[in-house]
Amino acid sequence: MTDIQTRKPFLTGRGLIKRYGRVTAIDNADFDLYPGEILAVIGDNGAGKSSLIKAISGAIRPDEGEIRMDGELVQFASPIEARKAGIETVYQNLALSPALSIADNMFLGREIRKPGFMGKVLRKLDHAAMERMAREKLSELGLMTIQNINQAVETLSGGQRQGVAVARAAAFGSKVIILDEPTAALGVKESRRVLELILDVRSRGIPIVLISHNMPHVFEIADRIHIHRLGKRLTVINPKDYTMSDAVAFMTGAKAPEPIAA
Amino acid sequence: MSEPVAGAPHHDYEKVLKDSSKDVASFDTDKPSALHKFRHFLHSNPSAVSLIVLVVSLTVFGLTLGGKFFSAFSLTLILQQVAITGIVGAAQSLVIMTAGIDLSVGAIMVLSSVVMGQFTFRYGLPPELAILCGFATGALCGFINGVLIARVKLPPFIVTLGMWQIVLASNFLYSANETIRAQEIEATAPILQFFGETFRLGGAVFTYGVIAMIVLVGVLWYVLNHTAWGRHLYAVGDDPEAADLSGVNVQRMLISVYMLSGIICALAGWALIGRIGSVSPTAGQFANIESITAVVIGGISLFGGRGSILGMMFGALIVGVFSLGLRLLGTDVQWTYLLIGVLIIVAVAADQWIRKAAR
Repeated sequence: MTDIQTRKPFLTGRGLIKRYGRVTAIDNADFDLYPGEILAVIGDNGAGKSSLIKAISGAIRPDEGEIRMDGELVQFASPIEARKAGIETVYQNLALSPALSIADNMFLGREIRKPGFMGKVLRKLDHAAMERMAREKLSELGLMTIQNINQAVETLSGGQRQGVAVARAAAFGSKVIILDEPTAALGVKESRRVLELILDVRSRGIPIVLISHNMPHVFEIADRIHIHRLGKRLTVINPKDYTMSDAVAFMTGAKAPEPIAA
Repeated sequence: MSEPVAGAPHHDYEKVLKDSSKDVASFDTDKPSALHKFRHFLHSNPSAVSLIVLVVSLTVFGLTLGGKFFSAFSLTLILQQVAITGIVGAAQSLVIMTAGIDLSVGAIMVLSSVVMGQFTFRYGLPPELAILCGFATGALCGFINGVLIARVKLPPFIVTLGMWQIVLASNFLYSANETIRAQEIEATAPILQFFGETFRLGGAVFTYGVIAMIVLVGVLWYVLNHTAWGRHLYAVGDDPEAADLSGVNVQRMLISVYMLSGIICALAGWALIGRIGSVSPTAGQFANIESITAVVIGGISLFGGRGSILGMMFGALIVGVFSLGLRLLGTDVQWTYLLIGVLIIVAVAADQWIRKAAR
């Protein structure tokens, strides 16, 4: 990971500030995501990490500061705009419609229409094409224990739902995937599968921002760990150089990091 | 998802997993009971319950009443009697699928029909133009409902309860409680009665109103199942927040649904003129309750996101079959209401039971 410092970050935030009345949720925070890495963001409750992530995913607009993607200045008015720019967020509640099928959910908001008259005039959806693509994407990620692409999402287990949500995020040429607590609601075995899925997505070269409270999971898969405290980035550590107790100590302020840290 | 690599647990606490069963996230392989399968079938075919009830009730009345009931004439009479309810019910279905409710459907229907009639007779507009004005009135009422619900974020029940009173009162104020007689309409603007015209196929008598209902339900079935707008409607009813995060414009969706509901109500208003012959501001007082009844018996969930528009049509037909069948049996009409009340409660109970199939 030493060479990462010489590479250019893909997504950066500089001097981000967000105030809610008298509360400052993001206080001059910085953020860096390098290509092809898993960056974990950890912080105590109320440290402002979800506000930071919302600013990056377009859910809130920072009052000050700038966000750059691939060197270009970007401003997102909504999560939809961020998604169009290639930042996909998998929310903790997954944002899936339970009664709709897996294929319907994967293509919700970006449906494919039939070519020609049927699609242009009668607006007919190309169910076959969407099902085929959904099946391809799910099998690419090794998720095809799901046999029926037309089954309703509500019939899936928590891990399978997470899989569908991650596959949806990875399927549409996304450049960055933000995962909010992907293992929080899962059992031990399902967590393991989702972690493997995350590593699989990284191996395709898509950088991932992982927000998690689960220290063992963070230390296992993250390449770097961004520690957020009191509204700003306290430090970024390499999980190989520190222990989980160190990270918790930084997070809670029990210990101060060495100033040279990235 | 692939199985975790055996023998290489990443954490201490995962070591014990090695000997556990491997098929945690795969599907139930136990042979489901027949009841279970049946429930799953109903879950994936939401209009099946009402279709079964419809077939059973047709059979029962057919067996007890014989040819009196089971004739082309009586069966098409049922269709004629439910045409208005079916059209208004289609509007109601769309709204209820978004987890809303539209109590103003009946009032919008009557106001639109009054506009169609009065614009023709009071202002001397060509009846075609007056009909368009009627549709515009329906669309405007629906638009107001939609904006108040989607943008001002008021509960649909309250908004449409208010609109019901407002629209109905406007209807009486504007029409001065005056009925336009059937003979007048027939003489000067027969197009207003278009949906009341009949044609025969053997013993069967159809009105264009019946055809309008069937075509409307068919078109909406296509739209709901085969267009993005339709899938979005289900997604918004299911979980508006999830739909929003997936990129569906929830506000625009809701406004368009209430507007379409208003336009369909105007169509019902036109069909209403055909059905009763005249333009009467006091007609169609029960359209609200009848449409909601058809939707509920048709198995469309009041919590939104589930159900089929075909179910609504079967629901409307069930009510029609009960009304005619019991009338032919010579029972007190209150028995009809009593049985329909039972059906409503049974339908909702069945809906709850079927939903458990998902878990």
